[in-house]
Amino acid sequence: MAKQSIIETVDITKVYGMGDISVAALAGVSIQIYSGEFVAIMGPSGSGKSTLLHILGCLSRPTKGKYILDGENVSHLDKRQLASIRNRKLGFIFQSYNLLPRTSALGNVTLPLLYDRNQEHKMDEMEEKALVMLELVGLADRTHHQPQELSGGQQQRVAIARALVNDPVMIIADEPTGNLDSNSGEEIMALLHKLHKNGVTIVMVTHDPEIAAHTQRIILLRDGLVEQVVKNGKKKRRR
Amino acid sequence: MKPREVIRIAWEAIIKNTIRSILTMLGVIIGVAAVIIMIAISAGTEATIQDQITSLGSNLVFLRSSFSRGGPGQQGPSGGLVFDDATAIAEGVNGVKAVVVEQGSTQSIKVGNVTLDDLSILGSTPDFPSVRDMDIAQGRYFTQSEVDRTQKVVVLGYSLAQELFGETDPIGQTVTVGTLKMIVIGVLDEKGLVGDIDYDARLYMPIKVVFQKFTNSRFARFRGDRVRLIYVELEEDVELEDVILQIQLLISKRHELPLEEADFTVTTQQDIISTQESTTAAFRSLLAWVAGVSLIVGGIGIMNIMLVSVTERTREIGIRQSVGATPEDIRMQFLTEALLLSIFGGLIGIMVGIGGAYIFGAASGMRTVVVPSSILLAFFSAAIVGVFFGYYPANKAAQLDPIEALRYE
Repeated sequence: MAKQSIIETVDITKVYGMGDISVAALAGVSIQIYSGEFVAIMGPSGSGKSTLLHILGCLSRPTKGKYILDGENVSHLDKRQLASIRNRKLGFIFQSYNLLPRTSALGNVTLPLLYDRNQEHKMDEMEEKALVMLELVGLADRTHHQPQELSGGQQQRVAIARALVNDPVMIIADEPTGNLDSNSGEEIMALLHKLHKNGVTIVMVTHDPEIAAHTQRIILLRDGLVEQVVKNGKKKRRR
Repeated sequence: MKPREVIRIAWEAIIKNTIRSILTMLGVIIGVAAVIIMIAISAGTEATIQDQITSLGSNLVFLRSSFSRGGPGQQGPSGGLVFDDATAIAEGVNGVKAVVVEQGSTQSIKVGNVTLDDLSILGSTPDFPSVRDMDIAQGRYFTQSEVDRTQKVVVLGYSLAQELFGETDPIGQTVTVGTLKMIVIGVLDEKGLVGDIDYDARLYMPIKVVFQKFTNSRFARFRGDRVRLIYVELEEDVELEDVILQIQLLISKRHELPLEEADFTVTTQQDIISTQESTTAAFRSLLAWVAGVSLIVGGIGIMNIMLVSVTERTREIGIRQSVGATPEDIRMQFLTEALLLSIFGGLIGIMVGIGGAYIFGAASGMRTVVVPSSILLAFFSAAIVGVFFGYYPANKAAQLDPIEALRYE
């Protein structure tokens, strides 16, 4: 089976600040991630992993270099176009869940569909779809609970349902287990594995080697560069 | 996103933050209510003044001494209007129904042990009540023969009679005006304020008594008794201009002056009404400005609280951006919120304003008239204020960087 590339970055740099005081968070990163892959991005703090995740998640643009997402060059899109890409192609899972407070689980999961410009969803269609997603993450009985009435693990599952509701080409997870106890963390990882088995592409940033070991491939960053790519837990030098 | 969804989300945000929403609306509520109440007060005042002017009587022409050729004390051939001018107008001008002369003075008066200083007394002729549209409550007004014979009789204004005699019947009682003992023959009905003159707190007597006892001057001996004001009531259907010209020619001739140098001015009731109208229009626009300023202050309140709201909800904005809300989506959401808040504030303000106008009218005794156009004005101003002052915070929200917004604690 020919592997279809979901992410391809070519020599991406990200420079913060201007002139003499500028800092390069990314100094030229070229990576490729294929459809159906489960990839972890690791690195010490300051290595640029968060910056890379933001660019991959279309939350910011690279200073230089090319980023092709699902066959589309998104390197130079404006804020509005990036928002549309996020809406149609990406799903986010954050360390701190980032659910809307005082809004039901169902309302939170429906949110991405509200911002879909290409399709006119009817409210009941949207809710139906959101319900399917909540069932998928095992929260069919918590649809009308608000975030503050749910445990951390449950909140993160609502976030996963929200990330899936718009049928994204890729899920971007930023330390998804960072705020959870180990039991809940394992539940979330099990859920991500289940999604992966169903063919969802997942890119995850983590600093926890045990969590990273769940993935097929680990991209190690240091000082804004790719230091190593580790496959199946076995280390190999990139060059 | 569909407009319906935008409104639903904005509405939910308003509902979820009840206290903050009410505080935000408060400025608009007060602003809109202020516009309505202030316009109601000025419209009420205007209507009252109109009524008062019409209640002066209709078809009136006023002649005033103008002393254009010297000061009021001048004893030359020209010194303004005199009493005989009134008689001459009554006899020599066509279309004149009645002529009334007024000469005022200020005297202290005494009844028993009650003394009132600086009381306004008014000398006039028998036609005064009919020309000035005043009714007699008790007794009668004085007659022409009482004027001619300088009888020492007085008629009291309504509140003056109350003040001096209370429950006692004033008719036949003695009043000491200055040093002169006079008999009360009548009391006028309540008239109220006309302009700034309180007709009820005055004392009325035959004009010749005033001339002889209170405003006597050397001037009078060779020119006649000087008067301040002559009222001329015209017949129903006469040409106003025509009668005025006749009067001007007659008096000028009597005073031996060319028309251009007349020592008197002629004013019609219409002139007074238009003067009053321009004054009240100025008053009204002043109030409208004050109210407008309060509306702007309300708008600044909206902006303030919306800015706080944007800051407080930075995380929410980040979440919405991460799932695909564009800057336009965010801007529209906050603008809609501001608009909804100002519309609801406006609606509540209208109710408060109408209620407030009635309560204010009832409590202060001032007349208030709620003007329908002021309701529309206030409402649309509120909506415009909402959008105008909501734009800056909405735009600020739209410009937030998603990464920063998501990180915001």
